[in-house]
Formats: sequence, C-alpha cells, structure tokens
Amino acid sequence: MPVQLIHQRFRSFITQLGEVSQLLMESIGSFRHQRPSWKDFLYQLQFIGVKSQSVVITTGAATGMVLCAQTFLQFHKVKMDTATGAVVSIGMSSELGPVLAALMLTGRVGASMTAELGTMKVTEQIDALRTLAAHPVDTLVVPRFLALLASAPLLTAESVVVGIVSSWWVGVNLLGIDSAYYLVNMTRYTDPPDVLTGLIKSFVFGAIIAVVSCHKGLTCQGGAEGVGKATTEAVVVASISILIVNFFLTLFLSRLFYS
Amino acid sequence: MIEVRDVTKSFGTQQVLRGVSLDIRRGEAVVIIGRSGGGKSILLKHLIGLLQPDSGIVRVDGEDITAMNERSLLRVRRKYGMLFQMAALFDSLTVEENVGFVLRRQGLESETEIRRRIDEALDMVELPGIGHKMPSELSGGMRKRVGLARAIVYRPEIVLYDEPTTGLDPIAADNIDRLIRRVWETLHVTSIAVTHDMKSARTISNRILMLHEGRIYSEGPTSEILESTDPVIYRFVNGISTPQKSQ
Repeated sequence: MPVQLIHQRFRSFITQLGEVSQLLMESIGSFRHQRPSWKDFLYQLQFIGVKSQSVVITTGAATGMVLCAQTFLQFHKVKMDTATGAVVSIGMSSELGPVLAALMLTGRVGASMTAELGTMKVTEQIDALRTLAAHPVDTLVVPRFLALLASAPLLTAESVVVGIVSSWWVGVNLLGIDSAYYLVNMTRYTDPPDVLTGLIKSFVFGAIIAVVSCHKGLTCQGGAEGVGKATTEAVVVASISILIVNFFLTLFLSRLFYS
Repeated sequence: MIEVRDVTKSFGTQQVLRGVSLDIRRGEAVVIIGRSGGGKSILLKHLIGLLQPDSGIVRVDGEDITAMNERSLLRVRRKYGMLFQMAALFDSLTVEENVGFVLRRQGLESETEIRRRIDEALDMVELPGIGHKMPSELSGGMRKRVGLARAIVYRPEIVLYDEPTTGLDPIAADNIDRLIRRVWETLHVTSIAVTHDMKSARTISNRILMLHEGRIYSEGPTSEILESTDPVIYRFVNGISTPQKSQ
C-alpha cells in the first residue's frame, strides 16, 4: 500500500475521531443552551428501549445456553461441573452481556439512527431545522444520546439475567448439574464489581453507538447511496470501537475494582 | 439589510462563486436568476449561514454572519424563513406539527394561540383543514405551500425561496407565485428567491440579479432585466441555447 494512501487514511481517521469527539462535547454542552425535549426523549426511549427487548433477550438467552454447554463440556473432564454457573455468571455479567447487547443495539438502533438522520440530511430536512433556529444537536442528537445512555444498561442487565437463567435451565435440566451447587457457586464467585463492570461498559457503549451513528447520519452526503454507505460505516465503526474500547475498559475497571 | 462582499466558494476543485457582491434592502422583492448549477442555491444558503464562504463577508443588519458559530447563527436565523426546493417538510411530523414547529419549540405562547396561528398560516396558503395529514399524503404543490406556511408562521423579516416553482405544473407554479407575492405584500417581508423560471421571476420580484460564471453579471428592475438586449441576459431570459447568427 503506498505511503500516500496510508497517510490519507490516517488523516481521515483522525479527522473523524475529532468530529465524533466534538459531537460528544456538543451533546454534553447542549444542556447549557436548551432543555432536552421530554417528548422526543420518551419517543426514543420507547424505540430504543422497548422495541429492542426481543433482540437482546434472544441474544442473552442464546449466549447463556451456549456458554453453559461449552463450559460444562470442558469442566466435566476435570470434574468441575458445578463451577459452570460461576463462569457463565461472571462471563455474562462483565463481558459477553454488555458486548453482545451493544453489538445487537448497534445493528438495530445505530443503523436506524444513521439512516433516519442521513435521509433527513439528503432531503434538506436538517437544513430546514437550522433555518427554523433549531440546533440539530439539541433537537436530534441529544434525545437519542440520552435514550441510549438510559436504555443500554437496562437492556444489558435484562440480557445478562436472561442469559444466566437460560444457562441454569440448560445446566440443570439438560446437562444434569445439581441446581443447589450451580447457584451456590454462581453467587459465591460473582462479585458486585463484575456486575458493575458490565453496567459501566454498557453505559459507555451506549454513548459510542449514539455519537457514532448520529455523526455518520449528520455528515452523510449524496442520495440513497450516501445513506446506505453512511449506515454501513456507522455499524462497522461503532462495532469496532465497542470491541476496542471493551479491551481497555476491562483493563481499567479490573485494576480499579481489584487492585 | 443584507450585504454580500466578494464571496467565493469552492467544492473540491470546482469554484462555484468567484467573488459575489450584492446588496438587498429591507422590504425588497429580489430574484436571483442564472443557469442550473450556476451556484444560485449555494448563494442563497450563504445568506442565511447554512454555508460558510471560503472568503468574503455576508452581513445581516450590520452583523458579519461568516464569523459566527452555529449557536450564534441561531439568533440571526430567527429573522429568516426559508422555503426549500423540495419543501423539506419533516416527514415524521404532521402538517400541523411542521407548521407549528418553531412556535412550540419557543414555547412563548399558549397552545390555543399556537393553533390559531397555525390555522392562520394554513389559511394564507389556501390549505385549511389539512393539519392532520402527513407530508407523504400531499402533492408537490401542497408540500410547497405547507413549507411556505412553516416559513411565515412566526413572522420572519426575510423569506428565502429556493426554486419555488421547480417541479410543479404551470397552474400549481402560478399558485405558488401568487402566494409569494401575497406574502410579500401583506406581511411586508424582504423576499429573496432564486429561480430560472422567468414567468415566476416577473411575478414575484421588483428587482432581478443575474448570477453568471460565479459573479453577479447584472442587476436592475425586473422589467429592465427581462427586456435587456445584452446577449448573455437575452439568451437566458428567452431560453436560447446557442448565440444567434446575425442575418
């Protein structure tokens, strides 16, 4: 790859990172200028929080069951069957629950946000908003941002609980693990910081999905093709950001809670 | 009221505006004419701060809006209403919510008063009783009229029109022209339109500016420009694609 192309891509990456950070700061700073609209916030909360439940519940249940089966198959070899519940509980609470729920939300909510804002951009609705003396960040970004900050941890908690209950059902009813041992080991080894880690991560992931998706929508160019491209980019960038940030959050939070 | 000085604007390697200067006085009805793709809409968007020039100055009531950030511009934009080429109605809101958007957002008046002003604006554009409809249920002409109602409901000082008759049949276009004229006469606004529709320009303006090759090529009273014998203006006004050979 020629050096010039690498230079161009690096510059584009830094520019976009700067724009996303600026949008984040503007969204936070928006509260000084305009009180968020409750109507818009509740509408977004319903769209993001209520309508995403089937997706995150299915993801949580499937992940919990598979993790239980895989862990049991390995632990059974060393006669540690009853530790399966602890592994599933910690894994779901601190890692798989928040990451998989966030990735599902990126696909369902982030893509929809980018497509909606992108369509508004290419049909001049965003410009119309600006001519009506309304700031697009106050009107469009902040309600979505707040709704994602509020609903991402709740949806993650729901996904984790469903995952753990599903794993218990599989472990006890299909794999023959003793229910009492399963639950005792699970509660003994799962600490509050594991749950807190997952909730903090989901909060950060919610912010990433909102800011990246809104940025891609607001900067969308061209017609239908531009909206499609922006939507794809939003899903890819948000998903990769979630995976990268998850690694650093894991290091940071584990040091914070366990050092 | 609006002063534009030496404004230039490029997109990539294409220079669209090459030093535009113009003045628009309070209460005027001005039309900017020029060829498609010649930068008329770009120029209009500079007048309200939707685009920032590469160089040059745009002053509104003495304030340089090119030096303002988006938040400061919101205050200046309260003076403006704008009708977009495709109306740009918010497609997730009803007609009534579209028209009342600014009034409800400002929250300065009671809901009864807001509804009264929405009805008044819809009456003015001759569309009473359609407040409950969604923009997708309206024809092109109706969408433009709702866009006009949205632009005037809060009584702006300046109304901008971006190609107001493009895409409409001759009768719908004439209807829009009459409404623009009526808005100018009854609300005493400063009216600025860009168009390449000469019939529309004749109806809605008392002064015409011609944008040609990125600059204001000529300006003057409507009748003077439309009857000009200058070859560039004559060819544009009469729709002649190639220079006529002398007999």
